[in-house]
Amino acid sequence: MSEFIQYTLQGLAAGGFYALSALGLAVIFGVLGVVNFSHGACYMLGAVISAVLLAELDLGFWPALLIVPVVMFCFGVLMERLLVRWLLALDPLYNFLLTFGLTLVLVEAVKMRYGVSGLPYEVPAGLGGQVTLGSVSLSTYAIFACVFSVVVCVAVGLLITRTRIGMIVRAATEAPERTRALGINVGRWVTPVFGFGIALAGLAGVLAAPTRAITAEMGSNFIIILFAVVVIGGLGSILGAVVAGFLVGLVEAYGIAYAPAYAQIVIFVMMALVVLVRPSGLFGREEIA
Amino acid sequence: MRSRKIHGSLAIAASASLALAACGGAGGPQSGGSSGLSDGKVVIGLLNDQSGVYKDVSGPNSGVAIQMAIDDYKAKYGDKAVAKTIELVQADHQNKADIANSKAQEMYDRQKADVILDVPNSAAALAVATQAANKKKLYINISAGTTALTGAKCNKYTFHWAYNTGVLARGTAGAITKGGGTTWNIVYPDYAFGQDMNKSFTAQVQAAGGTVGQSIASPFPSDNFATFLTKAGEGNPKVVGSMHAGGDLINFVKQFNQSPLKGKVTLAVGLMFITDIHSLGLDQFAGTQFTDAWYWNFDAQNRAWADRFKAKTNVRPSFANAANYSAAMNYLEAVQAAGTDNADKIVAQLEGKKINDVFLRNGEVRKADHAVVHDVYLAKVKSSASEDWDYEEILKTIPAAEAYGPANPACKLG
Repeated sequence: MSEFIQYTLQGLAAGGFYALSALGLAVIFGVLGVVNFSHGACYMLGAVISAVLLAELDLGFWPALLIVPVVMFCFGVLMERLLVRWLLALDPLYNFLLTFGLTLVLVEAVKMRYGVSGLPYEVPAGLGGQVTLGSVSLSTYAIFACVFSVVVCVAVGLLITRTRIGMIVRAATEAPERTRALGINVGRWVTPVFGFGIALAGLAGVLAAPTRAITAEMGSNFIIILFAVVVIGGLGSILGAVVAGFLVGLVEAYGIAYAPAYAQIVIFVMMALVVLVRPSGLFGREEIA
Repeated sequence: MRSRKIHGSLAIAASASLALAACGGAGGPQSGGSSGLSDGKVVIGLLNDQSGVYKDVSGPNSGVAIQMAIDDYKAKYGDKAVAKTIELVQADHQNKADIANSKAQEMYDRQKADVILDVPNSAAALAVATQAANKKKLYINISAGTTALTGAKCNKYTFHWAYNTGVLARGTAGAITKGGGTTWNIVYPDYAFGQDMNKSFTAQVQAAGGTVGQSIASPFPSDNFATFLTKAGEGNPKVVGSMHAGGDLINFVKQFNQSPLKGKVTLAVGLMFITDIHSLGLDQFAGTQFTDAWYWNFDAQNRAWADRFKAKTNVRPSFANAANYSAAMNYLEAVQAAGTDNADKIVAQLEGKKINDVFLRNGEVRKADHAVVHDVYLAKVKSSASEDWDYEEILKTIPAAEAYGPANPACKLG
């Protein structure tokens, strides 16, 4: 039984991290209707920038947690202004291809500059070691990452559902013409929302840095899991991304525990089942499907 | 019918004139008095991963090492050199067997490569071995791990210079088990290399009197090992063995260090390159034991070569870099001794040759299976470095015979 609890806790810890990582993807899709394939590359950039901050400027994990999202926000704003914006009026496939191409460029650029073996990073002081309760124990850092992720997810959820900015953004996505008619400049909100989504990807990257390999390719496989998360949760749904993040974390942990070689397949089997039963995902709006 | 005849006679005429040109020309390949070189030159092909996960281990820098061998050969023999013109051609196989296969054909046929070196990635390595056998051209593999190159898939023209998974297992599993680490759990990535490593390690742990409680397959690639580590700790083993490579290995070690296993069990790593330690940092790997085929700071001879290498690349060499140098140098020495680059004559030169050079200590090109056996080292990652890249403490030298074991009976060289 204690083993089962152990697996469950590990699944939840991973799930919190998945939720935060997928959040930006959900926000950008929900507001702009853009399937941002470069989310994995932005996550990678977040981790790489943290490692560079540490190596070059001796700025550790805590400053990185503030600096990286700001840098990535600016990067997202540039990306939207220079590239994504021009394709918004076209079929969503165009932006999907654009962001896919951008991913290749970013990955290769990081490889050229920093090589392929990866960059070193430390666990922040005070978060090393484990917390042990009886026979169950969990890495202190994993607990921190999970709690931090949940706090960020709740904050973003509140921002979108409970504030005036959130209301405008939601109105702008659901009925852009009517929102405009009310005298609100819809276009003005598109850029910062995109930047915000990219900043969330960068934040997930910082959170990954102490516990995962920081390489140019680190986002390439991760993005696949994140797509599974947002598809299960319902494209564009923030609550969906959070619930599905935990679900995927748990299913993965149980998969590893009881059928290790199939741990990742299980996630996609679950995705296929969800899509079969509820094509718009657990919390998705019907019209998107 | 008529047109086929015309084409046929044209072809005969063309080949006849080619033959004439070859025999009659003053510098013709076979008749040239000065050398018996095909195309009048020696072409060395370097086929490896120039952009992917093995780029830092043995990418373009192995080209630098081979160029050093070419320069050394020219300096050593000067006017007496059989190979006066030596070309180095390089290609990126992107870790894909099909690309390796077509690039190898291109190198042998179009670029006239006399030998292909390196070829990391076992699937790619085996594809090139097949091409070498078909085209009867030389192939010296360096950085692939598979024992099949000198086992069931061996052939007359293929040599395996630096290491194989069996060596890693005998070295690491044997030494740690005999040193008291008798109970193991192994986590391995679920693809050919990982499965091969798992089998080799299990066999060697058992041969040394230990037991393997569980062998756990992890999907490849994987970045969340928390639950794998929980499983690996079940049954309280003394040793947890990770058979991962590249990014998976770094993920595994980082998360191992955050797990309750840290400090309680020994972490043994199946395959580790000095570039892995460099990228993750000493404190993450400190104390980890592994088998190294060569270490740059082992003695004065290695260090002197490593200094020359660093002057050109600004990094210290991996064992694969040094092995590429050694293979290229010995290939050129064989050309010198045979007076030709004819593959069959080079094979005859190399077979059974005993070699001591910067990479090979007590080395021998084993005639039975073309494994180049040599002393390897049980290394431990230091906890602090006194200079850049000073990462390894050599615990012991594992003699060639112990490291390689007897020749694989599955290999039938014909």
